Amino acid sequence: MSGHSSSYEPTSRWGKWWDERLPIMRMMHGQFVEFPTPRNLNYLWTFGGILMLCLVAQIVTGVVLAMHYQPSDVAAFDAIEHIRRNVNYGWMIRNFHAVGASMFFIAVYIHIFRGLYYGSYKAPREILWILGVVILLLMMATAFMGYVLPWGQMSFWGATVITNLFSALDTVWSGLGTAIVEWLWGGYSVSGVTLNRFFSLHYLLPFVLTGVVILHVWALHITGQNNPDGLDLKQPSDSVPMHPYATAKDFVGMFAFLILFAWFVFFLPDYLGHPDNYTEANPLVTPPHIVPEWYFLPFYAILRAFTGSFLGIPLGGFAKLMGVIAMFGSILVLVFAPWLDTSRVRSAKYRPIFKWAFWVFAFTCLALGYLGSLPAEGVYVFWAQIFTVIYFAFFLIAMPIIGLIETPKPLPRSITDAVLGSGAAAKA
Amino acid sequence: MASHADHADEANRRDFLVIAGNAFAAVGAASLLWPFIQQMNPDSSAKALASTDVDLSHVKEGQAITVMWRGKPVFIRNRTKKEIEEARSVDLAKLPDDGPEAADEKRVKPGHDNWLILIGICTHLGCIPKGQSMGDAKGDYDGWFCPCHGSHYDTSGRIRKGPAPHNLAVPPYEFVSDTKIKIG
Repeated sequence: MSGHSSSYEPTSRWGKWWDERLPIMRMMHGQFVEFPTPRNLNYLWTFGGILMLCLVAQIVTGVVLAMHYQPSDVAAFDAIEHIRRNVNYGWMIRNFHAVGASMFFIAVYIHIFRGLYYGSYKAPREILWILGVVILLLMMATAFMGYVLPWGQMSFWGATVITNLFSALDTVWSGLGTAIVEWLWGGYSVSGVTLNRFFSLHYLLPFVLTGVVILHVWALHITGQNNPDGLDLKQPSDSVPMHPYATAKDFVGMFAFLILFAWFVFFLPDYLGHPDNYTEANPLVTPPHIVPEWYFLPFYAILRAFTGSFLGIPLGGFAKLMGVIAMFGSILVLVFAPWLDTSRVRSAKYRPIFKWAFWVFAFTCLALGYLGSLPAEGVYVFWAQIFTVIYFAFFLIAMPIIGLIETPKPLPRSITDAVLGSGAAAKA
Repeated sequence: MASHADHADEANRRDFLVIAGNAFAAVGAASLLWPFIQQMNPDSSAKALASTDVDLSHVKEGQAITVMWRGKPVFIRNRTKKEIEEARSVDLAKLPDDGPEAADEKRVKPGHDNWLILIGICTHLGCIPKGQSMGDAKGDYDGWFCPCHGSHYDTSGRIRKGPAPHNLAVPPYEFVSDTKIKIG
């Protein structure tokens, strides 16, 4: 890692011996103790640390659960109840893991919206942002496969619906989609074979995720952090050392977050799940109303918005393919945000029009989430279509056009000026 | 003696060895990949095309039963005269999936026009449509209705409304006798 040199000097003989062979303490000191952190960071910047905590918590609880779980279609459902009732503290560790998945997504969505509001995706942080999108996709794949493991009705039918998304490729090349789906299943329907491989991948992907997180942090330490004013660090008074300033603030954020986490774990462990998942998987009965976990609802609403027609435009045999493309596209469009946004001002604090577009977009995501939880009928489909259009319009129309027509508010000359008022920089 | 530099731009024996060696390694690595992909495909125990015999004698007109074949539900419906008529009075050109096999006559066995036998999996995203039990919603076309994403199928199992791209599939089957079929 570069971006900041380290003034670390070992004092003990052992420390010197080690530093000449593997200067990891030097690197840690430079990157996580002395590292210059913008002095104007607000609590939204504590979510990086909170997410790190979530990842570690999910891996630790997951490894423990795997010691008691059985990835087989005959044993999986009972294994979960075994963990909850018999295994010592199994109820608590399972709740940490199940609630932890939701908490992970709450934190990551706040982290992403923070990035969108303050322009963290813009130059020179494009790679950092794209690695973030990769992390989001890996999180989604991991969470999806994890939700299959309890082998309840929602596990089974969620797995069926999501794997069947690939069958849309039959429209592109006859038989291709079906071949992929049967390859994913290892059979002609979701079965114990599928469960077994999903367990294997659910265990693997968090470690892949960790690897991408390391790249994400690396990229962050090359460019430095964005901040609420979207300004670069220009002078020593613009920053404070990461430790103890940012680390202390991170811990306050983490503890607040852990209060919410513990509230769900100990008082509402099943609130974020679905009661149908306490019925064992039955391949002959589809629950009357399949819904994914709450964190997938906006994307599910986009998928279902493409019925036989879209806002009056008939789609015919392409409805399914269009829905699948739109759903994946709604995440992939994030990759292009750094180039779609034409404004050179990062923070929405200084962008009067973009600020409105941002809040309309945030409302759109919540509305899509709500619509995704409702049946795909009547007026709900119409509204899902409207909000799907707004979702994509934010990226493809609002981002490029607002940057061209908007007059940004005057930017402070430096972060120091932004914090202490203009002219303060000279005194600082 | 020609120096090495004279031939720097020409392909020489070393270039050939490098390209051939790398190509060999690439093909080898790629072919080793195949077993790791193929292991995920349905194995021979899953492929073993088990056939299912079904006795239809207890299914009265207007009733329907569901049986399992290859891990999938198969819908068997003993259609009423009205249902058959509904299925046959449709203009095929107006169907979303109007392939050559869309005519109701082609979706049943000759002489057994009342027996409609279908794979009971929605062609959208694989849910099991409603419509088999008495109290079920049968959709706008008296056939089946998929609750997941709102696909309506008619009394011939053809998609009429909603996101599903295809008609419900007809499994391979034959009548062993007037009241017995063998699926698969």
